[in-house]
Amino acid sequence: MTTYEQERVGFFTDTSVCIGCKACEVACKEWNLIPQDGTTWTGESYDNTSELNANTWRHVAFVEQERNGDGLRWLMESDVCKHCTHAACLDVCPTGALFRTEFGTVVVQQDICNGCGYCVPACPFGVLGKREEPKDGRVWKCTLCYDRLKGGHEPACAKACPTNSIQFGPLDELRVRADARLAKLERDGVEGARLYGRDPDDGVGGFGAFFLLLDEPEVYGLPPDPVVSTRHLPQMYRSLAAAAAGIVVGIAAAFVGGRS
Amino acid sequence: MSSYYGRPVIKEPVWTWQIPTYFFTGGLAGASSVLSLGAKLAGNERLSKSALYVGAAADAVSPMLLIADLGRPERFHHMLRVAKATSPMNVGAWILLVSGGASSTAAALELLGRLKPVKLLAETVAALAGPPLATYTGVLVADTAIPVWHEGRHELPWIFGASAAASAGAAACMFVPPAEAGPARRLAVGAVAAEGALMQGMELRLGTTGEVYRRGAAGKLALAAKALAGGGAALLATRGGKSRRSAALGGAMVCAGELCLRWSVFRAGFQSARDPKYTIGPQRARVERAGRSAG
Ligand code: SF4
Repeated sequence: MTTYEQERVGFFTDTSVCIGCKACEVACKEWNLIPQDGTTWTGESYDNTSELNANTWRHVAFVEQERNGDGLRWLMESDVCKHCTHAACLDVCPTGALFRTEFGTVVVQQDICNGCGYCVPACPFGVLGKREEPKDGRVWKCTLCYDRLKGGHEPACAKACPTNSIQFGPLDELRVRADARLAKLERDGVEGARLYGRDPDDGVGGFGAFFLLLDEPEVYGLPPDPVVSTRHLPQMYRSLAAAAAGIVVGIAAAFVGGRS
Repeated sequence: MSSYYGRPVIKEPVWTWQIPTYFFTGGLAGASSVLSLGAKLAGNERLSKSALYVGAAADAVSPMLLIADLGRPERFHHMLRVAKATSPMNVGAWILLVSGGASSTAAALELLGRLKPVKLLAETVAALAGPPLATYTGVLVADTAIPVWHEGRHELPWIFGASAAASAGAAACMFVPPAEAGPARRLAVGAVAAEGALMQGMELRLGTTGEVYRRGAAGKLALAAKALAGGGAALLATRGGKSRRSAALGGAMVCAGELCLRWSVFRAGFQSARDPKYTIGPQRARVERAGRSAG
């Protein structure tokens, strides 16, 4: 059981009340001094930032769904680093730049990161990016506003969200709130509502930043069943040991084979 | 299958050409150190010395490649500020440090012809670090969210190990007279055969996930790897024992083939990350299976 000096905190992002205003994206950029991006037109609804990356730590996804007879359903979701309980990025980081804070969040120490890039393909959500523009070379991602938390403030995105789609708080409380919200939506007959990342038994041990979605995760560009790759690391190290022994045996055989 | 505008769910690596090249040089270094000590124990000094130099050279190039790939090369030593078993890259940095230190010491003492016992110790250390150096890179790529790498986790350390052994044998064939290169030839030929079977097996087992090895750049590189390594091994097996020139050509072909193999695995990872179907498909199937067995 992991214990934290402070209560573990996180986000509950309730997409059912998201209005796609992108106040979170802007607040995040302002507070964290993130370089500009997303300035080209993609034609993908109102989304020009397209993905989480070194320079986008909150990303609002827009999905326009034509539904037979029902007209248009417009899904919006503000995506963010999940601050996984079992975080692949943190596990594979060779320098220890990525660490678990006293708030239970996952943060890159920018004075340590040497830009090896291992966390980039390790994250099952494709959250991290290496910052090339402007020239930097290190990886960047959401810090859950570590500096603001230290000062007793909520993260910039949650603060700026006008509809309370982004809720910040102790994770236990958020889970209770999310359960109640889901129950309400189900009572109201809202189709397809589900919690994503709330379950501590999932492949990453539950998200520190989880979601209420109105459709399958992949519709929003999220993986339906993410698993932290290091779960299989013991198995991989066993393969390594066996293969290493295989090299020795193979080379020995090459010498012995010649004598016969 | 739905996706978000066909965009990838995960990120492709940000690694550049240095990394697959290092997979080759690191493997060559690791397996050469073992070959060198093996030859020494078998009393084949000529082969031992050549493999020692090849290993030391490859060991020396390896960290340069790795450092050049970093976003902040001047911070390369941050790799060594922790010892962290959950990070194959960190483990590998330590292995490379030991291997490189040992093989360069051994090669320097060999050149100088001094301190025989220290040299033997260094050679032994290099030979111990060699096999993990040659195989950990398979775990390094497997320990990511990239489907074709992660799902290939059982075979990749073996494939990289076989590729390393093939390149070490082949490199020795290029520098050692045929009469003394017998073990190196057998190693190269045997390892190429083993690696071909392993690749085939992995592709079959991976099904749809493995199809990237037949597509795009990864597919072309896989073909080149097979042609070069297979052709080189055939040349070594048939004429490598008689003609010095054939041995050199065959050795060079096998080495080129192994480099292509590493590149093929590398590019396959990019292709696997780029198309969301490889990420979403198997996960969706898993969810559905779990749902069925629960319901
Ligand atoms: S979502 Fe990705 S970047 Fe965020 S903690 Fe999990 S593994 Fe790390």
